[in-house]
Amino acid sequence: MGDWMTVTDPVLCTENKNLSQYTSETKMSPSSLYSQQVLCSSVPLSKNVHGVFGVFCTGENIEQSISYLDQELTTFGFPSLYEESKSKEAKRELNIVAVLNCMNELLVLQRKNLLAQESVETQNLKLGSDMDHLQSCYAKLKEQLETSRREMIGLQERDRQLQCKNRSLHQLLKNEKDEVQKLQNIIASRATQYNHDVKRKEREYNKLKERLHQLVMNKKDKNIAMDVLNYVGRADGKRGSWRTDKTEARNEDEMYKILLNDYEYRQKQILMENAELKKVLQQMKKEMISLLSPQKKKPRERAEDGTGTVAISDIEDDSGELSRDSVWGLSCDTVREQLTNSIRKQWRILKSHVEKLDNQASKVHSEGLNEEDVISRQDHEQETEKLELEIERCKEMIKAQQQLLQQQLATTCDDDTTSLLRDCYLLEEKERLKEEWTLFKEQKKNFERERRSFTEAAIRLGLERKAFEEERASWVKQQFLNMTNFDHQNSENVKLFSAFSGSSDPDNLIVHSRPRQKKLHSVANGVPACTSKLTKSLPASPSTSDFRQTHSCVSEHSSISVLNITPEESKPSEVARESTDQKWSVQSRPSSREGCYSGCSSAFRSAHGDRDDLP
Amino acid sequence: MNFSESFKLSGLLCRFSPDGKYLASCVQYRLVIRDVTTLQILQLYTCLDQIQHIEWSADSLFILCAMYRRGLVQVWSLEQPEWHCKIDEGSAGLVASCWSPDGRHILNTTEFHLRITVWSLCTKSVSYIKYPKACQQGLTFTRDGRYLALAERRDCRDYVSIFVCSDWQLLRHFDTDTQDLTGIEWAPNGCVLAAWDTCLEYKVLLYSLDGRLLSAYCAYEWSLGIKSVAWSPSSQFLAIGSYDGKVRLLNHVTWKMITEFGHPATINNPKTVVYKEAEKSPLLGLGHLSFPPPRAMAGALSTSESKYEIASGPVSLQTLKPVADRANPRMGVGMLAFSSDSYFLASRNDNVPNAVWIWDIQKLKLFVVLEHMSPVRSFQWDPQQPRLAICTGGSKVYLWSPAGCVSVQVPGEGDFPVLGLCWHLSGDSLALLSKDHFCLCFLETKERVGTAYEQRDGMPRT
Repeated sequence: MGDWMTVTDPVLCTENKNLSQYTSETKMSPSSLYSQQVLCSSVPLSKNVHGVFGVFCTGENIEQSISYLDQELTTFGFPSLYEESKSKEAKRELNIVAVLNCMNELLVLQRKNLLAQESVETQNLKLGSDMDHLQSCYAKLKEQLETSRREMIGLQERDRQLQCKNRSLHQLLKNEKDEVQKLQNIIASRATQYNHDVKRKEREYNKLKERLHQLVMNKKDKNIAMDVLNYVGRADGKRGSWRTDKTEARNEDEMYKILLNDYEYRQKQILMENAELKKVLQQMKKEMISLLSPQKKKPRERAEDGTGTVAISDIEDDSGELSRDSVWGLSCDTVREQLTNSIRKQWRILKSHVEKLDNQASKVHSEGLNEEDVISRQDHEQETEKLELEIERCKEMIKAQQQLLQQQLATTCDDDTTSLLRDCYLLEEKERLKEEWTLFKEQKKNFERERRSFTEAAIRLGLERKAFEEERASWVKQQFLNMTNFDHQNSENVKLFSAFSGSSDPDNLIVHSRPRQKKLHSVANGVPACTSKLTKSLPASPSTSDFRQTHSCVSEHSSISVLNITPEESKPSEVARESTDQKWSVQSRPSSREGCYSGCSSAFRSAHGDRDDLP
Repeated sequence: MNFSESFKLSGLLCRFSPDGKYLASCVQYRLVIRDVTTLQILQLYTCLDQIQHIEWSADSLFILCAMYRRGLVQVWSLEQPEWHCKIDEGSAGLVASCWSPDGRHILNTTEFHLRITVWSLCTKSVSYIKYPKACQQGLTFTRDGRYLALAERRDCRDYVSIFVCSDWQLLRHFDTDTQDLTGIEWAPNGCVLAAWDTCLEYKVLLYSLDGRLLSAYCAYEWSLGIKSVAWSPSSQFLAIGSYDGKVRLLNHVTWKMITEFGHPATINNPKTVVYKEAEKSPLLGLGHLSFPPPRAMAGALSTSESKYEIASGPVSLQTLKPVADRANPRMGVGMLAFSSDSYFLASRNDNVPNAVWIWDIQKLKLFVVLEHMSPVRSFQWDPQQPRLAICTGGSKVYLWSPAGCVSVQVPGEGDFPVLGLCWHLSGDSLALLSKDHFCLCFLETKERVGTAYEQRDGMPRT
């Protein structure tokens, strides 16, 4: 199986080389070597040789075999099996250690060799299978090649056949063409022949007719006759006239007269038609002029960029207007040319105009189409979105305004400004507040009245209590022995009552002011957050420091100030002006503040924009 | 619509006089002249043989009866019943006879077209015109009766001679550039003569009265050419029907084609009204069916009543496949007629024989198509108004006007296969001709209708 030349393992290769070298020296297996040696040594060991041919070492030849092995091993590069003797004469001793080492090495070598062999065998197998595969592939490809070659041959054959066919068809076509040509020639010749024959026949026929004519007519045929009772008069009552040159001339005259009449009639008709057409043309022109003149100014302006014909034609019209009537009357070539030219120009203008209009119309139409079915919804949505945005903006603006007002309030930090702030509310609110205030006052009055009555009642109660206590004391005294439970209960009841009477007034006040307070709180809550941020981002700007101050004040005062507000104090105009000033100041510094104040500033901007838009 | 009783007739020879007063009809060798209004027999002339052709003179005073087989022409006078005139062409024979427009001359064409003899009733003089061409329409008078154009053949060439009718003097003589001239026709205004070549070549030549060639028109080559030609009464259009199934209209100014009317077998244009004749549901009793067994079977179509139905959508008409290897194939436009007001043109394509196309000349469009159950035999326009009468050889007469159309059963028992028709000058009545009978059809139900004629609905025929 194995072919040593094919082994590709480099290690093995080198080893093999060595081996081969060695084997080339030895050339034989140990047993054979042994026999050689035996022959060489010429020891008559034929019996042994024959008997123990398979056995390498026997009892007798230990030394020899050892020496042989030593020799062999040394040739293979192993250390000698003998101990190195100091002297050459001394008998060499067998070194067991060396033997064992050698054996071990040999065994290792053997194992290695076995492994190598195994791997080589597997490789061999693999390679064999590879080769098989390749061979099969090769066979397949060969087959394919064969089939394709066959196919090619077939196709070539077909091609050849088709070419043959084509050639034959060409030949046939040519033949047919020739045939057609021939037939055409035949037809032509036949036609000429036929025509010739026809002519000949006709001539003969004519001759015959002539002859017949002579025969029939010239013979005094009695039969050819007219048998009339009496000749009738002519329809026109005239007598027949002789044929003369005169009549001939007259006939000619008459014919020409008829023709002339006809031509005259036709000319008249054409003239009439012409006149009508001219009328139409005139009308058309007039209408065109009237149609084009209103836009004269506009087109003229437009005409600068290209269509200068309008002006020209208009001028022409103007100049031609006077001579129009004469133009219609005339119809010489020059006038006609002029007329047609001007009309052509006008027509071109009209056409371009109409085309323009058409384009516009089509555009409008296409837009209209979109509007009609799609945009309605979209627009609505957009509009609502816009409106919502606006509402949002307005809200923000209101918020900002409130904020500003708060700021204003804080900066002044006076009762006056607080009162001014009050006026920032809408009139309605003011009214409402007034009403509420009056109501509140009334209630206060009522409460006070009640309080008074309560205090009075309390006093009364106190008195009563005193009386009662006195009574009780007396009663206790009286019934000291009986019971003490009822007395305790009574005292509790009295406590409750007194507590109520004492706290009733402020409680009510709080209830009434709660909604307002809440609102202001929400506003005030927004502001401090902003200001805190502002202080962080812009600590240096003076206005912001002002803000800070104001806002801190606001935050402090917001809850209180509202409660302190008195509706009587109001200077709305001033407040408004101040607030706007504030706005401006805020808006003028958008760059660094945007991060935190964008909402507000945008609100302001929009407010500003709105104001600009307003007349 | 009323019908007169039917009268005997032979050879479809029935003519109204040009003045509209009389009606001449032939029964074998007898000529019967009736009053148009009363239908009473005014005169009865007996000829020498069976009459083959009759013609009124233009002044309605004379009537000629030609007996071609005998080579005889007999002329009768209405005013003088005793007056008689007999023209014998003798051994020369006779193939055609006609009046000259003045009503005092008779033009007889001899056999083999040897010559045309012009006989005068006023004088003894006889004129001969030699070399007349034997063709479809080789002789034509202008409408005013002044001129006669005659196709001639000499030395294998075609010529046209124009004669002055008053004294038969040759006015013009010119050769036409034709292979084989087939027909000539004056325009109604008498100033233009149309001449067309044989069907082998499509060629129309237009000549002025003085013999100048005005124009020549050729639509196509190599195929069969012209089949029919018609002038519009206004002389404005010349309609040319050809074997390719088209009508071409030439104008009178440039003599160029204005338009082309094709006759397709399917009509797709929804604007064109297609009237289709349809059988009415038969209301005939059993007894009626059994009564005329052989003839009813033969003329089953003609006996049953029919009506027009408006066909909708694309309509395909019945077509004949012409036999290509026979002479005179049944194809192409063979019948053409303008209405009297020139507004309409009626045409028949011979391979769609059941249909009549009516074209609107104002719009130059197809207006109406009438499709019948049997092939159209002839049609004729009312001389007064745009109204077309059509017959198909059945016992019905069809009338069309722009307002609509109607199919009328000719009343009476048995068949009355209408083979021909001719309008009265006034357009009030219509003579319907069958093989051996004729009757009058009165269209205008005016007061005079009811006077002299019995209504023939259901009346037995005499």
